[in-house]
Amino acid sequence: MPSKAAFFDVDGTLVKTNVVHVYAYYAMNRGSVLGIAGRTLSTAVSVPLFGVMDALDRKTFNEFFYRYYAGLTEDRLVTIAEDMFEDVLEPALFEQSQDLIDQARRSGCKVVLVTGALDFTMRPLARHLGADDLIANKMQFVGGKATGKVIPPIIEGANKANAIRAYCVKEGLALDKCHGYSDSASDYAMLAVVGRPTAVNPDLRLRSIARAYNWPILDLK
Amino acid sequence: MRPFKTLQKLYDEESQVVITEKGSPPRALFHGEGFLQEDLPVGTRVIFPRPPMAGVPNVKAAIRWAINHPEGMEPLHALLRPGMRLTCVIDDISVPLPPMVTPDVRQSILEVVLELAADSGVDDIHLVIANALHRRMTEGEMRRMVGQKIYDAFYPDRYYNHDAEDPDGIVALERTSHGEEVSVNRRVAESDLIIYVNVNFVPMNGGHKSMGTGVSNYASLRHHHNPKTIRESDSYMEPKASALYRSNERIGRNIDKHLKVFHIETALNNRMFGGPTDFLAKKEEDYTEADRLKFQALRYTLSKMPRAAARKVLSAIPAPYEVTGVYAGATEPAHQKTLETSWKQYVVPVEGQSDIVIFPIPFISPYSVNSILNPLLVQVMGLGYFYNLNRGVPLVKKGGVLILLHPAYDEFDPEHHPSYIEFFNRLLPETRDSMKLEHKYEREFAENPSYVHLYRKGNAYHGVHPFYMWYWGENGRQHVGKVIVAGAENNHVPALMGWDRTDTLTEAIEEARGFMGRSATISLLRIAPTVMVDVK
Repeated sequence: MPSKAAFFDVDGTLVKTNVVHVYAYYAMNRGSVLGIAGRTLSTAVSVPLFGVMDALDRKTFNEFFYRYYAGLTEDRLVTIAEDMFEDVLEPALFEQSQDLIDQARRSGCKVVLVTGALDFTMRPLARHLGADDLIANKMQFVGGKATGKVIPPIIEGANKANAIRAYCVKEGLALDKCHGYSDSASDYAMLAVVGRPTAVNPDLRLRSIARAYNWPILDLK
Repeated sequence: MRPFKTLQKLYDEESQVVITEKGSPPRALFHGEGFLQEDLPVGTRVIFPRPPMAGVPNVKAAIRWAINHPEGMEPLHALLRPGMRLTCVIDDISVPLPPMVTPDVRQSILEVVLELAADSGVDDIHLVIANALHRRMTEGEMRRMVGQKIYDAFYPDRYYNHDAEDPDGIVALERTSHGEEVSVNRRVAESDLIIYVNVNFVPMNGGHKSMGTGVSNYASLRHHHNPKTIRESDSYMEPKASALYRSNERIGRNIDKHLKVFHIETALNNRMFGGPTDFLAKKEEDYTEADRLKFQALRYTLSKMPRAAARKVLSAIPAPYEVTGVYAGATEPAHQKTLETSWKQYVVPVEGQSDIVIFPIPFISPYSVNSILNPLLVQVMGLGYFYNLNRGVPLVKKGGVLILLHPAYDEFDPEHHPSYIEFFNRLLPETRDSMKLEHKYEREFAENPSYVHLYRKGNAYHGVHPFYMWYWGENGRQHVGKVIVAGAENNHVPALMGWDRTDTLTEAIEEARGFMGRSATISLLRIAPTVMVDVK
């Protein structure tokens, strides 16, 4: 039984996209899925707008967007997620992501994806990469239909660190032996909580943090 | 009163050993990326490298002669068959130091071998760099090593670095009688013939170490790259005194049993400096006025440059080494000939050990080509390589003092040496005990997925490499009573290493004398170029 895990952020770390692309995919399918988004924003306008909002405040952006899911059935969301994986996520995977995950497994780690995206959108990816577990946001469903609200706490920023800590306690893993991988300084908490943090394709701020703390820096292609 | 024998030596211009007297000139000594000019106490024994041996007049003719008259094997042309699978395994950039002027001797060998192979109808040829757990060579370095023509024809599909972490790229052979795992590169294992292209820089290289280490993996290397084996080695440079050599021999013999390996070994002379820096190879007694001026100009310029720039300048000067011998054939007889030539070039006989020994540490090491000599590598140079440049009896007495000349700066290359940084900052503050480090942390570093990734996809040394570097200094550490680093620019690096520090060499000698007594004998190994002592 592994006594350690490798926690991977997804957007920008394992795949070239970020969460905005996933939302954009849903937005482009607005005729059947996101009727509200379709009525209010054309795709061409909405994607850059999402990007700006995401850059300003990920949490507010998430909450703003999640409400577009209200009223949709779980089955439908899962079906779209499968298409979205094939159309958006799989082509955007870094070539070396799978190698990195396989290496983590060979070194005796459980592989866990940690992401601020919704769990059903990430499940096909987790399956594809052979991850053991997925820590992601969960949509609230009532009577099989999405309420547009996410079950708190929202997995983002410091909450990612809390989720990782809780996961290690639950699974009996040694946090100081665990590895963490992320591309963004917004995941500083997640990286700082594990004993073996690594910056992957880091943004400028994370690169300078990684240099200061002597964390390894990987550039995935 | 000095014994007459010593006085005689004083005036012997042919001798490589000079005893410092009152009128002796100050010594030009490497100090990282700079130089020191130091007066040594009267009576100090200065050991100079031998003058370069004459190189063979025609390298390609020597290569052709060697492969046509190999030791213990049929000539190479008789081993080549149309349609066979041939792999040339090549020593990596860690030798020679500094990299030699082009054409590199490896290029000359490959030009001869590949032409012969083509004439014999051999098309399935791969060139594999035997980098073991060293960093992958960059494209530019690979091109320089074999020349543009071979590079264009083979890179990247058929000319590449060995990958010790490729899960499908390693084949395990039968274990040795001592239970050592024997693993080799899959392409190599599945070849009908392997030609090992060697550059022998010091007697530790070549022979069974070439294949046993160069195309192996961590599982196999850990059987001899460990503190126990190192402690059982009296010198890495004398096969009879080296447990490391014996382990490689066992592994290599197993490889030879299963694979057909044709070795081509080359010995180089020690013409490390040429052109404007050739004075560095001279005894200071022989400096002309122009040499003195050149030295002062070089020393001044380097001292005014940022360190990174000085490093660039020094690294840009290739060494005009000449080939002194080419030997081919079966592993052991071919290597024996290489060793004899190597000793002829490097060994200087000296009378007795010294209480205090001074090693000037230059800017380069086998593990910092085009990079930074970080503190762990300074340790490797002093307590690992220089301490071991002997034939079983170290230059320094048991319990004596080693003085290293180096700024001991806290600088690391995050691209080449990422795991060194963690080792230095996290592990050394906890312990310097090699056994404990091996037991508690070695596997963790070896298997760290980030370090494995950086080794396989970047240009980083393997995660476990800093451990090997630490072990490399182990028999030196066990032997000496004290290490002082003279000219260290900070306190914490020497402290983490377990060394004393002083600002100047004079202070270091004073401290060493305080430790060993006022009548302590002193030797200086005036390296580089390479010199080995044979202590009688």
